[in-house]
Amino acid sequence: MAVTELRRQPSLLRAAFERFIQVLLVFAAAISILTTAGIVFSLVFETIAFFSEVSIVEFLTETEWTPLFSIKKYGIWPLVTATVLTSAIAMMVAVPLGLIAAIFLSEFASDNIRRTVKPLLEILAGIPTVVYGYFALTTITPFLKNFIPTLSIFNSLSAGLVMGVMLIPFVASLSEDALSAVPNSLREAAYGLGSTRFEVAVRVITPAAISGIVASIVLAFSRAIGETMIVAIAAGQNPRLTFDPTVPVMTMTSYIVQVSLGDTPYGSLSYYTLYAVGFTLFIFTFILNIFSYWMVRKFREVYD
Amino acid sequence: MTTHDLEYDNPNAIEAHNMSVYYGSFRAVKDVSLAIEKNRITALIGPSGCGKSTVLRSFNRMNDLVPSARVEGQVLFHGENIYAPGVDPVNVRRRIGMVFQKPNPFPKSIYENVIYGPRINGWKLSRREMDELVERSLRGAALWDEVKDKLNQNGLSLSGGQQQRLCIARALAVEPEVILMDEPCSALDPISTLKIEELMFELRQHYTIIIVTHNMQQASRASDYTAFFLMDSDRTGQLVEYGSTSQIFQNPKDERTEQYISGQFG
Ligand SMILES: Nc1ncnc2c1ncn2[C@@H]1O[C@H](COP(=O)(O)OP(=O)(O)OP(=O)(O)O)[C@@H](O)[C@H]1O
Ligand SMILES: [Mg+2]
Repeated sequence: MAVTELRRQPSLLRAAFERFIQVLLVFAAAISILTTAGIVFSLVFETIAFFSEVSIVEFLTETEWTPLFSIKKYGIWPLVTATVLTSAIAMMVAVPLGLIAAIFLSEFASDNIRRTVKPLLEILAGIPTVVYGYFALTTITPFLKNFIPTLSIFNSLSAGLVMGVMLIPFVASLSEDALSAVPNSLREAAYGLGSTRFEVAVRVITPAAISGIVASIVLAFSRAIGETMIVAIAAGQNPRLTFDPTVPVMTMTSYIVQVSLGDTPYGSLSYYTLYAVGFTLFIFTFILNIFSYWMVRKFREVYD
Repeated sequence: MTTHDLEYDNPNAIEAHNMSVYYGSFRAVKDVSLAIEKNRITALIGPSGCGKSTVLRSFNRMNDLVPSARVEGQVLFHGENIYAPGVDPVNVRRRIGMVFQKPNPFPKSIYENVIYGPRINGWKLSRREMDELVERSLRGAALWDEVKDKLNQNGLSLSGGQQQRLCIARALAVEPEVILMDEPCSALDPISTLKIEELMFELRQHYTIIIVTHNMQQASRASDYTAFFLMDSDRTGQLVEYGSTSQIFQNPKDERTEQYISGQFG
């Protein structure tokens, strides 16, 4: 009798509690999904409003972006090329250095070194981007001017280089995770065939971890495209269609900052440009994410 | 090569002299002295934890990969101590290959798995020579007929037994003199196991094989020599008895050997 009571009481409570937890979790999941959907929805909505006044053909074929001037032109390309240019420079820094760091940490470093270097990398990732931006503007640009006298004060080169440094920890840390996840049995197999450490790292472990490595690179690229402070501070505010890294340009994110900080009236066409640019940015990162998802699926190796 | 010429009449592929292996301060194996005859199959048996894998991995310096591991004594290969200063473990492993307990093909195609060793060894082979080497190695591992139409398929797509034979083919491709096998059949079904045992008999003509096994029947039917290890009260493994397989199984000299092979402990 006593025993059954003891048994029944908590099980009822527990059932209620588990139900509560379940509801809470569903609620939390719903909030994040709804927020995302809401953002995308408002983005699409306002973008449609923009394209009801500016033709999509002009948006895609015009080569100038002057929505805030008296002669208004709405060609997205100057912003896109600036974004691509700064991101590409950043990736040229972040991918090789990040990968070398990851391979070193995972395959060559002793436990002691790994334990010191990994937190250091995370500190690098924790520096606010505004600090990187001023570092680019006040230190890197003057330094580069020693070698490139024609370098403008604002330019995509310094912004891109510093952004690359900012991204090294992302590439390094995520790639290191992917490399460390490769089972030790593969290392043994490779060593057993007479591989050197370098051959094991480069010919066996890195290819085996390729999907994770590519995912880390795509993630870093997607961050570079969305990065705002560094380019807004150091790359300039001059929308122009160029791949010259020494002159001021304006990225999509810089433009959004400029308009957001200005006194653009709500509902005006220049207000809607914000959404058109934001939506373009969204499409870029969305495609990158799909690509990285596809890469991971395609190249993932199944180890049991 | 000169040592090789001098040693042409040495019947032993590997000789261990008073070999002890430590992991940090723990002595895992003590004073092992044993000579492995060429072109024979030698089985290492004993209860779990007695140091069979440790001994096996000391024969091609795989234990170098464990930072805390240390080997004392000598391991001679063609009369040369592989632990002498200046010996490159990479060269040792190219001549003394290894097959592991769990099949571990690379996540590459079957072809690439086999050709990996020759590639890193820097062999300059034409496409045709590579194809021939791959075929020869896969034939050597009794896998050719099963995979000849799908050499570009991922090695991981094969069954467990096929994967293990692929690993053997991969080891054969670098043309080692000795092949170390650490419980190569323990993850396999009985039919695959039998296939690998038959294969070992084939390979014996060209290679020296040392195999660790927990399976007494396997040791008795598939080996020429048997070494029995046991650990003492400090959990340090020692070689108890070593002799021809028929002698060890039919007429053991040490009563602990007799107890073990009759299944009384371990
Ligand atoms: N990497 C290592 N670090 C520390 N100790 C180890 C390591 N590898 C093995 N040992 C220890 O050395 C002893 C012998 O281990 P070993 O793996 O050689 O035994 P084994 O005979 O192969 O056992 P099994 O039959 O279970 O495979 C054990 O006490 C084990 O705990
Ligand atoms: Mg073992």
